[in-house]
Amino acid sequence: MTNFDQFSGTSTYIASDDLRHAVNVAVALEKPLLLRGEPGTGKTLLAENVAAALGLPLLRWHVKSTTKARDGLYVYDTVARLHDSRFGGDEVKNIEHYIKLGPLGQALAATSRQVLLIDEIDKADIEFPNDLLLEIDAMRFRIDETNRDVVAAHRPVVIITSNNEKELPDAFLRRCVFHYIEFPNRELMAKIVRVHHPKIESAVLDHALDVFFSLRGTPKIRKRPTTSELIDWICALNKAGVDLKKVGGGIPFLGTLLKTEHDVELLGKRAKA
Amino acid sequence: MFIDFLFTLRAHKLNVSTHEWMTLMEALAKGLHDSSLDGFYRLCRTICIKDVAQYDAYDQAFAEYFRDVARDAAAMTQQLQDWLNNPALRNQLTDEQRAALQGLDIEKLRELFEQRLREQKERHDRGNRWIGTGGSSPFGSGGEHPTGLRIGGGGGRSAMQVADERRFREYRKDVILDVRQIDVALRGLRRLGREGAEEELDLDETVDKTCKNAGEIDVVFRPPRRNRVKVILLMDVGGSMDPHSDLMSRIFTAASRSGRFAKFRSYYFHNCIYQAVYEDALFRKPVPVADLLGNSDRDEKLVIVGDALMHPAELLEPGGASYYYSNNRSTGLEWLRRLGAHFRSAAWLNPEPERYWPGTTIEPIASVFGMWQLSLDGINAAVRHLVRGGPKPVVGNPARWSG
Ligand SMILES: Nc1ncnc2c1ncn2[C@@H]1O[C@H](COP(=O)(O)OP(=O)(O)O)[C@@H](O)[C@H]1O
Ligand SMILES: [Mg+2]
Repeated sequence: MTNFDQFSGTSTYIASDDLRHAVNVAVALEKPLLLRGEPGTGKTLLAENVAAALGLPLLRWHVKSTTKARDGLYVYDTVARLHDSRFGGDEVKNIEHYIKLGPLGQALAATSRQVLLIDEIDKADIEFPNDLLLEIDAMRFRIDETNRDVVAAHRPVVIITSNNEKELPDAFLRRCVFHYIEFPNRELMAKIVRVHHPKIESAVLDHALDVFFSLRGTPKIRKRPTTSELIDWICALNKAGVDLKKVGGGIPFLGTLLKTEHDVELLGKRAKA
Repeated sequence: MFIDFLFTLRAHKLNVSTHEWMTLMEALAKGLHDSSLDGFYRLCRTICIKDVAQYDAYDQAFAEYFRDVARDAAAMTQQLQDWLNNPALRNQLTDEQRAALQGLDIEKLRELFEQRLREQKERHDRGNRWIGTGGSSPFGSGGEHPTGLRIGGGGGRSAMQVADERRFREYRKDVILDVRQIDVALRGLRRLGREGAEEELDLDETVDKTCKNAGEIDVVFRPPRRNRVKVILLMDVGGSMDPHSDLMSRIFTAASRSGRFAKFRSYYFHNCIYQAVYEDALFRKPVPVADLLGNSDRDEKLVIVGDALMHPAELLEPGGASYYYSNNRSTGLEWLRRLGAHFRSAAWLNPEPERYWPGTTIEPIASVFGMWQLSLDGINAAVRHLVRGGPKPVVGNPARWSG
């Protein structure tokens, strides 16, 4: 499998007009930008490119099911302190040594403007977004253990992504600007593929897009292939030197496009029928 | 007239808040709508609409409202001012709109508006619309950005064309429920508490004690925080419930997720509940209702899912059970009442659309158990009822069934 990280640093990102506009609105109004869309529609990648385009550092906060809003501000590393306490020393007495700022904390404490990516916010507990509101509104927080107040000098550009719909609280939504990244149409997808495979022949690209979009259109497919899978697949074809125009019958490297057994089988049945 | 647009949006069930509307005003002041209707279409959607399922309603509202409006922003501005200045035009509002308006403090809105429009004109003339107060634009105003951010798609279609096209129609989802949504709705069903064995390490306390102890480790434990809610789920299967089996399995998946409730049990029944429920959907392992009541706490939450539709005899007559019991001595309704009397809180979720409820066996059953439609709103309301109590919604005329 190809490592796509090599592309993420190149600042090459295809943004639709609407998306570009939404980013501009969010930046101008200093509101968090909430992005939704199917997986693989470039939500995470957008944050990187916004940071690159604005020339600002990017702080990533990848949210997991166990993430608490507070962890984003800071964590008090009690275990380290406990460990140190066995050896005595002055450090142990100073809690400050054991306070580690999280991504949101860093964004607020920074001396220059930052881009903060809160990725996949829907993974966390339902209360999570509400718990963030206070600090994002006030642009400050307090470290209780040390009585320190951190006040932001620069409001960070906040980009929030979510793969799902409907589960974020209203109070939170009201404060964001929102953009739904539609799945790219054929024309846009051709441009995206060209970013990653600049040398691809038009006929091959056409053929690949035919296969890809017809797979996505297959009824009852459980996990429709996404942009990443298309790019992976073209990579695999390239590496193996397969000429799409010449192969007949089945789709080579189908496993790269379809990730569940159910879907591969379903397609097999359809091909036979 | 912009205010009027807010009411058009609300009439299309788009719950645009005053907060969002004010943000829109601020954005207009910054000229983010590019003094064009197309720009306004995008701007307003970005700020006011937070769900792709509502994009279609937005398109409809937009097309409906702006169909006859000139594309020219200046004309819009003029109309807006006319509208704001002319009480006669305001009288054309429906009562509902006027009531909503009163809550908004129209004078203040008007002032703000005029001020914004003035500011916007000045700013726009100075040509720095993207610079605003916050900083620079990450993208060029068109074509290619030097860092390689390219602009694709789009093209010269106007907002009206886009709105008319209604390409977000398929994203509407007024009714579909997936596991995740049910999951989210069920999260409301909880009461957290530290109870039981002290088995969780209280790190903060431990460190504190240890530090005070000059490094001599002193470990402190406490009970973990857990959801204390216990749930019993009874599901109607077979027959008229078959079309809903997908939905039922989604409910089950979400409710049975491990660790969700302090205790979770589920049983099956067919059409109505009589002297037993079943551990399996094939009705091979009966559990007498008397036993179920005997070993469940009155504080457990009872959730029943079923269409509550049956022949009246199945509900109201002894021996009326159509299935498995030819000989139930108590009527179905009596069994349901026994269940209802035992559990302090219970809710019935019904996959049938609410408009078909009156006049059916749903009426008397809904007088025993609060009944809600098996939709996102319905589950949310049921969860609220289970947690906080409150009256049961009345369905039709239950009195006609007694006697
Ligand atoms: N607009 C785009 N321009 C360039 N590459 C894209 C674009 N959208 C998606 N991709 C490709 O798809 C991959 C997945 O994108 P990612 O940002 O991780 O999606 P998401 O966060 O929406 O799931 C990216 O690494 C990139 O290779
Ligand atoms: Mg992502």
